[in-house]
Amino acid sequence: MTTQTDGSTTLKLVLAWGFVGIPLAWGVIETLINAMKLFQ
Amino acid sequence: MGALSFLDRSHTVAEPGYSRWLVPPAALCIHLCIGQAYALSVFNLPMTKLIGITKAAPDDWKLTELGWIFSIAIFVLGFSAAVFGRWVEEGGPRKAMFTAALCWAGGFLVSALGVHLHNLWIVYLGYGVIGGVALGIGYISPVSTLIKWFPDRPGMATGMAIMGFGGGAFIASPLSVWLMQKFSTPTHVGVAEAFAFLGAIYFCFMMVGAWIVRVPAPGWKPEGYVAPVEATALITRNDVYVYDAIKTPQFWLIWWVLCLNVTAGIGVLGQASAMSQEMFPGHVTAVAAAGFVGLLSLFNMLGRFFWASTSDVIGRKNTYFCFFALGTLLYVLVPYTGSIGSVALFVICFLIIISMYGGGFATVPAYLRDMFGTRYVGAIHGWLITAWSAAGIFGPVLVNYIRQYQIDHGVPKAQAYNTTMYIMAGLLVIGFICNFMIKAVHERYHMKANDARAHDALAVPAAGRA
Repeated sequence: MTTQTDGSTTLKLVLAWGFVGIPLAWGVIETLINAMKLFQ
Repeated sequence: MGALSFLDRSHTVAEPGYSRWLVPPAALCIHLCIGQAYALSVFNLPMTKLIGITKAAPDDWKLTELGWIFSIAIFVLGFSAAVFGRWVEEGGPRKAMFTAALCWAGGFLVSALGVHLHNLWIVYLGYGVIGGVALGIGYISPVSTLIKWFPDRPGMATGMAIMGFGGGAFIASPLSVWLMQKFSTPTHVGVAEAFAFLGAIYFCFMMVGAWIVRVPAPGWKPEGYVAPVEATALITRNDVYVYDAIKTPQFWLIWWVLCLNVTAGIGVLGQASAMSQEMFPGHVTAVAAAGFVGLLSLFNMLGRFFWASTSDVIGRKNTYFCFFALGTLLYVLVPYTGSIGSVALFVICFLIIISMYGGGFATVPAYLRDMFGTRYVGAIHGWLITAWSAAGIFGPVLVNYIRQYQIDHGVPKAQAYNTTMYIMAGLLVIGFICNFMIKAVHERYHMKANDARAHDALAVPAAGRA
């Protein structure tokens, strides 16, 4: 039962962090690609 | 209002087994959306061509008129954070996040109507006023919740959320450009449709945050965490009522600390592109300057997490001492970087400065919590945000007007920012003094165990807790 609870909590954490982390990472990568022009 | 009872604070109390690490993504759901405000400028040029399409027509809106949208939103942000702060604190985070989602999406929809009808006053009302209310409520609502979940690391926790506000522009900027391209035709600029879509997307995203968020059960504390028995000199174990807090000299000293730190950064942020090109003519192109602005935004975001987390280790007061001492040094160094033509040193100076600008925002909720306790920290934070509104006026005015004055008096463009940099350094010295003067809040302001002003069940003042 505890293992099941631990598993569902981990899944919730992965989903929640992925939900906010993936768009943010995409935005940061886009910005970094543009910022590289400063050093070209 | 039974149908909306799930929004009540009592329905958001965490069940056993709930992980507190779900609260930062809930907070980020809100802050990443309202952080779009930093990317509003991507709509500026398209909104000057709504009639002319390829170039501005005489009846098109001017950039100066459009600049007021952001100014109104930031002013209303401070105003609504102050006015609704106590309601946010007592109503609970879900109700506040839901309200923020409604206002943020509603603001975009009203603005879309304003663009469609080509009536700028409707856009002022939509994005400026309704959106500004969402900014105020949305900004403060997750912060106090995080502080309650992370009593062992309040700086890091609030730093994560407020980092999201800095990071919102990274998502909004490319997304807005993509949406406008998608909806534009040879006879139509797709701003209204982009606004409507953004409103719908942000509403869904923010509702996920409202759904995930929980408040800790009364008496909950992190596993293994032992609250300090004795209050340290600058970390209280007592709570101060919101309207008592704003009567204390400490509140106003922190207000000036934030205002001066933000003033020094915000003016630079708005003028970074022009400044880099004018200080290094021929070396920094417009494209490179845009990359520089992107890097500044990145360090603005990362600084929020880095400095707020650092403040958990070295203390809030010492963190602000770093901002003001290091900031002064760097501002004085900037004219020198121009005189020796070192773009790299110039960029490094501003990246550190802007990281401390973001860090100032992210560290201040934990500073307030240290001084006034956790109970009303959200509401007190709301009042403090008015310092941001004030700085939003001082900063750009100082940079723009002093630069213009210098140029009008024959100073070459490459050196026109030198005086401004020295004035910014001077402001940071004043900030250093304000921070130095901050002492513990007098015990006469502390809430008592049976304080009648604490309304809800969770509002047990610290003095009355077991």
